[in-house]
Amino acid sequence: MSDLKKIKEEFLSKLKSKLNLLEVNQIKTDLFGKNGLITNQFKKIGSIPELERKNYASELNLIKDELMNLINLKVIEVEIAEVNQKLQKEKIDVTLPERPISRGKIHPVSQTIDEISSIFSEIGFSIEEGPDVENEYNNFTALNTPDHHPARDMHDTFYLDKNKQKLLRTHTSPVQIRTMLKDKPPFKIIAPGRTYRSDSDQTHAPMFHQVEGLHIDKDINMGHLKGCLNYFIKEFFEVDKIKMRFRPSHFPFTEPSAEVDIGYKIKDGKIVIGEGDKWLEILGCGMVHPNVLKNVKVDSDKYQGYAFGIGIDRLAMLKYGINDLRAFFECDYRWLNHFGFDPLDVPTNYRGLSR
Amino acid sequence: MKITFDWLKDHLKTNLKEKNLLEQLTNIGLEVESVENLSGDKELFKIAKIIKTEKHPNADRLKICDVNVGEKELKKVVCGALNAKEGLITIYAPPGAIIPKTKTKLVVAKIRGVTSYGMLCSGSELNLTDESAGIIELSNSKYEKNIGKNYFTKSKTKLIDLSITPNRPDCLGFRGIARDLAASGFGKLKDIKEKKIKSKIKQSLKVKITKEKNQGCSAFGSCLITNVKNTESPKWLKDKLISIGQKPISAIVDITNYIMLDINRPLHAYDADKIEKGIIVRNSKHGEVFTALDNKTYKLENGMCVISDNKGVLGLGGIIGGTRSGTEFDTKNILLESAYFEPSSIRKTAKKLNLDTDAKFRFERGIDPLSIENGLCKAALLIKEICGGEISKIDLQKNENFKNKTIKFDPKLFEKITGFKISKKDILKILDNLGFRLKKEKNYFKLIVPSWRPDISKPIDVVEELVRIYGYNHIIINEPIKERHKPTLNKSQKLFHFLQRSVATKGYLEAITWSFTDPKYNDLFREKKKEIKIVNPLSSEIGVLRNSIFSNLIFYTHKNLNRDIKDLSLFEIGPIFSGSAPGEQETVIGGLRSGKISRLSWIENDRNVDIFDVKKDVIQTLIEAGYDRSKIQIDDITPNYYHPGKSGRIFLNKDKDKIVGYFGEIHPNIIKKIDIKTEALVGFEIFVDNLKKPQKLLKDQKKIVSSFRFSKVRKRFCFYN
Repeated sequence: MSDLKKIKEEFLSKLKSKLNLLEVNQIKTDLFGKNGLITNQFKKIGSIPELERKNYASELNLIKDELMNLINLKVIEVEIAEVNQKLQKEKIDVTLPERPISRGKIHPVSQTIDEISSIFSEIGFSIEEGPDVENEYNNFTALNTPDHHPARDMHDTFYLDKNKQKLLRTHTSPVQIRTMLKDKPPFKIIAPGRTYRSDSDQTHAPMFHQVEGLHIDKDINMGHLKGCLNYFIKEFFEVDKIKMRFRPSHFPFTEPSAEVDIGYKIKDGKIVIGEGDKWLEILGCGMVHPNVLKNVKVDSDKYQGYAFGIGIDRLAMLKYGINDLRAFFECDYRWLNHFGFDPLDVPTNYRGLSR
Repeated sequence: MKITFDWLKDHLKTNLKEKNLLEQLTNIGLEVESVENLSGDKELFKIAKIIKTEKHPNADRLKICDVNVGEKELKKVVCGALNAKEGLITIYAPPGAIIPKTKTKLVVAKIRGVTSYGMLCSGSELNLTDESAGIIELSNSKYEKNIGKNYFTKSKTKLIDLSITPNRPDCLGFRGIARDLAASGFGKLKDIKEKKIKSKIKQSLKVKITKEKNQGCSAFGSCLITNVKNTESPKWLKDKLISIGQKPISAIVDITNYIMLDINRPLHAYDADKIEKGIIVRNSKHGEVFTALDNKTYKLENGMCVISDNKGVLGLGGIIGGTRSGTEFDTKNILLESAYFEPSSIRKTAKKLNLDTDAKFRFERGIDPLSIENGLCKAALLIKEICGGEISKIDLQKNENFKNKTIKFDPKLFEKITGFKISKKDILKILDNLGFRLKKEKNYFKLIVPSWRPDISKPIDVVEELVRIYGYNHIIINEPIKERHKPTLNKSQKLFHFLQRSVATKGYLEAITWSFTDPKYNDLFREKKKEIKIVNPLSSEIGVLRNSIFSNLIFYTHKNLNRDIKDLSLFEIGPIFSGSAPGEQETVIGGLRSGKISRLSWIENDRNVDIFDVKKDVIQTLIEAGYDRSKIQIDDITPNYYHPGKSGRIFLNKDKDKIVGYFGEIHPNIIKKIDIKTEALVGFEIFVDNLKKPQKLLKDQKKIVSSFRFSKVRKRFCFYN
């Protein structure tokens, strides 16, 4: 057996045994180092007779490649084994708590406003706003509620001056006036916002939220009003069917006027909207009074339509099972966290109002 | 307005049931607020006789009474009334009964060591009279036979409380409600003949309505009833008043109340002997004083409508009478008043004097001007029947004649407004039943509006009447069309919406607080802004409009810290105010963070929240909203409620034209003043209205970038001095 074969056999078997990285490197040095066995064989090539030289060299190259490959593979193998061994020691308790999550929340009233806007957006309403401080004219007189009208008693008003000319708006209806004075018909708007009345108990807060609706065009009648509200309530409560009742009422700025009740029942201590034989008042509405249209210079012979006002806080309470109105504004951190919504949970038409 | 079905039946012939009534009332716009079961608990009250009394061993003022309540055994009742004595017949409430006045349920109780089975009642406890000093004394002759029987007559009717809208004064009387019900098909309105006074005696007290500007009285009807004997009301009248929760007082007062409730015709009875010479209806003069029947003295201003005589003011017309001319049990001669007062005049006066009475409530809504005589006749005849006496002729003074309103009504308007049709026959029937008189013209009806409907003056009001009575359930749903011609939100609304949610994603909980605030807190953040006071605040703690978003936010942060929640991030987006004119407000986002980051963490060290936390929150929010970080400018000029060395001011560009925000530590002195206990309190404000709306739309903003395939070039510079 030639020297080459002997070397090959010897090291093949050596490489087959279990080795660590140091031992593999030693083998590498033994073979390919400055005075390595294979290196020395290469040095010998010159002294080999010419006839044999070619064969010898090619054999030597083959052996060299084979051993080199084996060594490289062995290195990888050993390295992997060593890493694996090391990782075994690094094991940690993955059930320990994560780093603190800071998660913000959107107030249920804001969420409800966005839900309402999303629903009305689908049927072509756009959003208008008005100031919180109003003058007496926009809040009352223009809305067909002149001074010394008993209907003013229904609004306990906060005034900002002795002459009662400046006040905190008692409803969002003055936005109707502002919108109609600013633009030309048709009008199709909703106006959500803060409203104020000097009243405070379990079901009343001095500040609350309303959304006003106004649709004025050439032929808008009570059927459209009923259709619009029926659609809204179904969408808002995310039910297929809703029991709804229109009941005559009175607001100075609408004629005829109605209040709308929805059916509900109490099941396991919770309120279920849409069925049952109890009624819950949720909004007021009606056909805009010709006097109001006259005040904003809209020709009531040509244009007519409806308006409505909905208590937003009340809707939020019903939908999300909140029972105390005042809690909305008391800013208890736990309450806000519990009833608030994830900011990424934006109500939209395409992905639905709520999860 | 409280009603019972029984009383309603005086005016309404119907076979329908109470359950239908409740539904129908609501359907025609007379909303049922509540229904109270009257008979249920009142059946427990028995007529009883005290057989024996002895002094309570442990209390000087209490007595132990053995009471015969019609059972075999006597009941032992502890009673504190001075008038409780042997032989007295009174009213006994057993354990389980609910006392009408206090609504408390009686239980068997030990009173100072002695067990008491039930209670003996005073008139006020049963809501029968105002007498609360002692227990009720029933006459022996009348009630001796009835011991053990129910005191209250059994009535199955319920007390129905209606919420009558301010446009419907006619429904503040049973007749009006009955008329509406009948028009809607719920029975038939009974025809009640108006009885006239047949008398030859002249009304000898002269009545004069002065002719002056803003005279609040346009008609004054009166008659004299002489030689009456005022007594207790007969049982039927007492029962009627009690059935709707009113207290019987005396026959004359009860009769005027009865007429008011029955046909909504307020009346007033004067003791005629106490009137000096005659009646003058005039405007008051500044400084005039009178004592009203509520025993309060009122100082009048110029121009209030008063009823007076030669000596001075007798009463405020249509609001309240005075003590000087009030009727008593010994009143012999009375002057009965039935007048028409202008609603706005009534309202002005009552508001100024802060007075609210039943009569005022009715007159300010508008009384039927043509009910003067009918009301007088009805009341006078009843008084004569019950109290005897002689009735004079009616004297009617008028400054102007009432004219019924007329309306040209085109029936086509009905369909135009409601979206559905009803037949002309139905129109005619409904209007006729409601008391309209009508004439058919070529294309329209000429309607004469009934005098009791001040709310109807336009064709649209007639449409309302028709659809209300015909039924809102007939309105046909017209489904909305899903199309949009205008964007839902404008640019600033979009920005509001985006910022709100962007701030929340930084870990803040959104709060909504009042737009008003405590002036003490407001002053801490007010700087040079004008304080805006609410003239009539609910309390001084919410007495001013907020000049800063921080006043309430810091108040509630403090509250939460006191609840031992230490690490807080709260924000609010909403209005702050700079003046009391509409529009002097701007939208601001305010955020506050307190406490530590990583408190009690097992993995890393905790640290206080600091200025660079809130700076990151603001800047990141602005970047997310589309503003260029490289253009944002920061300097250190900030309001005095921030830490002077640890706060900053933000601009969107080099020009620094508009401040878009502040961030920093809240001034330590403020924290000290409010006495907030926290490791750190930092905050920020964003002035939303100062943010220029991003000019470009999102779709235009991104340019095509081709350099993404090359690796980043990094250069390092060293600078040496």
